[in-house]
Amino acid sequence: MEPILECRKLFKDYTSCRALAGVDLSLYPGRIIGLLGPNGSGKSTLIKLAAGLLTPTSGELFVAGKTPGAATKSLVSYLPERTYLPDWMTAQQVIDFFADFYADFDAQAAADMLHRLNILPGTKLKTMSKGTKEKVQLILVMSRRAQLYLLDEPIGGVDPAARDYILQTILTNYNPEAAVVISTHLIGDVEKILDQVVFLQNGQVMLCATVDDIRAEHGCSVDTFFREVFKC
Amino acid sequence: MTWDLKSDRPIYLQLVEHLQLAIVSGRLPAGSRVPPVRELASQAAVNPNTMQKALQELEQSGLIQTQRTSGRIVTEDTDRIQATRDLLAKNQLDAFFEQMQRLGCTRHEILALVEKELSIV
Repeated sequence: MEPILECRKLFKDYTSCRALAGVDLSLYPGRIIGLLGPNGSGKSTLIKLAAGLLTPTSGELFVAGKTPGAATKSLVSYLPERTYLPDWMTAQQVIDFFADFYADFDAQAAADMLHRLNILPGTKLKTMSKGTKEKVQLILVMSRRAQLYLLDEPIGGVDPAARDYILQTILTNYNPEAAVVISTHLIGDVEKILDQVVFLQNGQVMLCATVDDIRAEHGCSVDTFFREVFKC
Repeated sequence: MTWDLKSDRPIYLQLVEHLQLAIVSGRLPAGSRVPPVRELASQAAVNPNTMQKALQELEQSGLIQTQRTSGRIVTEDTDRIQATRDLLAKNQLDAFFEQMQRLGCTRHEILALVEKELSIV
């Protein structure tokens, strides 16, 4: 099987610091992958590189065998850590906007999810709470039929009940052809739905294993394991 | 079925135990259809691949059979189901005796306590 995301000796330097220091990683379709690591470990940088928003300083990165660019944008559904949607738009308007923009967007699925989460389509983003805005964005991203979903901190501002619904949504939209990469600090909430976890530390892959392997080997949850490994 | 999963043990093992219990208790009767992987995964809120692994484990132990056209069914071999039930009961008993011995109870005392409990129930 071809990896959907492949990194070879990937480096990314910003003006004053090195964010990624030689990442080698292959992620395969049909998996839900947790990208975990302390603050500043390079999670968002890696996701932005895969989304084609940044270019590597050196090394290579391929999405479905292609260098990130215009061609990979149609394969990748990216949830940024910050909102970028114009806040004068209503939920319905952003759905229409996405439907115009992406051929693989399922407007019906998006409308159903809005309904399930009790968000009125006529509500302006400006008047929504932080959590509700996050829900709308996640709905947009998950309503695409993409091959690689990159979710940067998708559930941070969302209440626990909605969090469960969102994780269910990720599970039910699960497609054996697609991979989902979730970067998060809420490990305890997501670890049940993950196949695989990647631990980043100082811009390098420290560990890449399945959730059950970690639990079997260390006799604790991934959340507990993370707290031990990265103890301050 | 409610899936109460602990966070310190491999998920698939807990799913295996859960499904074993459903089978030996008759909630999933011999010969009945096992719900599809996705449905079970969604119920348990776990990754479908993890559920798949649990079902494969049960297939290997013979409690579940795959049929080419109609998915998975619980085995019709009631002896096997009974054997699994006996094994699970034995494990519970072993754990019970270990706990009681830790409390310093003799075999005689344990028997008396069990009989007293049974007469109440």
